[in-house]
Amino acid sequence: MNPIIQVKNLSKSFGANVVLQHIELEIEKQQVVVVIGPSGSGKSTLLRCLNLLEKPEQGEVWIEGRSLMDKKMKIEEIRTEVGMVFQQFNLFPHMSVIDNIMLSPMKVRKWSSSQARKKAIELLHKVGLTEKAEAYPSSLSGGQAQRVAIARALAMEPKIMLFDEPTSALDPEMVGEVLAVMKDLANEGMTMIVVTHEMGFAREVGDEIIFMEQGQIVEKSSPQQLFDNPKHERTREFLSKVL
Amino acid sequence: MRLEFRFDIISDYFPLFMRGTLYTLGISLSGIILGSILGLIIGFGNMSKRWYLRWPMQGYIHLFRGTPLFLQILIVHFGVVVMVIGKTDAIVAAITALALNAAAYTAEIYRAGIQSIDRGQSEAAYSLGMTKSKVMRYVVLPQAIKRMIPAFGNEFIVLIKDSSLVAVIAAPELMYWAKSANAQYTRIWEPYLAAAAIYLVLTYSLHRLLIYLERKM
Repeated sequence: MNPIIQVKNLSKSFGANVVLQHIELEIEKQQVVVVIGPSGSGKSTLLRCLNLLEKPEQGEVWIEGRSLMDKKMKIEEIRTEVGMVFQQFNLFPHMSVIDNIMLSPMKVRKWSSSQARKKAIELLHKVGLTEKAEAYPSSLSGGQAQRVAIARALAMEPKIMLFDEPTSALDPEMVGEVLAVMKDLANEGMTMIVVTHEMGFAREVGDEIIFMEQGQIVEKSSPQQLFDNPKHERTREFLSKVL
Repeated sequence: MRLEFRFDIISDYFPLFMRGTLYTLGISLSGIILGSILGLIIGFGNMSKRWYLRWPMQGYIHLFRGTPLFLQILIVHFGVVVMVIGKTDAIVAAITALALNAAAYTAEIYRAGIQSIDRGQSEAAYSLGMTKSKVMRYVVLPQAIKRMIPAFGNEFIVLIKDSSLVAVIAAPELMYWAKSANAQYTRIWEPYLAAAAIYLVLTYSLHRLLIYLERKM
């Protein structure tokens, strides 16, 4: 089986600052890959290169066999297959919760409003927020907002979900409710890449853990291997600081 | 000078003041509408990544913000309009000059409003598969317009007042009639205070309208 995501020799810098160096990565369908590492190690940039929110300078990225670097490729089409959840939620504040979820299915997928509404209600049920359908984002707690953001991304029925530090902006008591939704999603077989500092989640849900430092993948292995018996000194050092 | 207020001058000139007010409104409103449309084009050009779009727009903004409106009115009236239509036309010149001038200011209002929206908003919209125009239309502009309203209000109020400058090219608006009453009766207070009162009514009504709009959005 071909990997759903394939990254070859990906490099990226912001000015003189090199953020990604020669990244090689393959992710299979239904895999949950968790990316950990110190801040500034390029984790988020790697994630953002996978839906071209950042433009790689060098290298190749394929999503379902389609090259993102192909000039003829319509990036909007690939983005409909790749959902993203942001640290800061980025809900649209001028729309109710349900309109946030319905917007893209209607405007991009051209669904009818009743079809989009049905899907939105189904997703709100899934993230446990049916009663908030008509609420505005400003009235939600951080945990609720992030669950709506997950529902909004899922409304496009993506094949891959990217999570960019989804719980880092949350009060500690709200982290659990968001991780629970993500765990359900993983159990349903969603292909996921999660950048996080939640080591418990990484160990429990991740099929594979990637440790990044200074724009490079230092180590990539199963959670047991990486957490209990890391091969590299740098991994060990990082884990001793966060665990 | 004796302190007396000759209401008969105001009542004599009342029909002309009213007609002048209508012209003031018409010229200002046309200037605002045309200026806002032109400003939108200039504002987006100014935000373009392409230098050959950005540079001319920046030049335009500098030119029209950096020179007096009074001078622009004279050049448009005696120069541009004559060149284009072959004769002078005070109303056409007045509207054109005000619109060209307002475009430079509104272009900056659009830019500031759009750039004030957090990048995360457009990133989220892009990540949902929207094209650039959909991101603008459904996510960025609805939020940006709300933030632009106070700045637009300011600009519109300034424009109504500045429309009085076109009296110099004999466009028959409110200030023009106030000046004629002043010349005819050699009286200062009556025509100018009456004109001031009417300008205040216009700008204050606009102010209330904008507050209402801002609350409603």
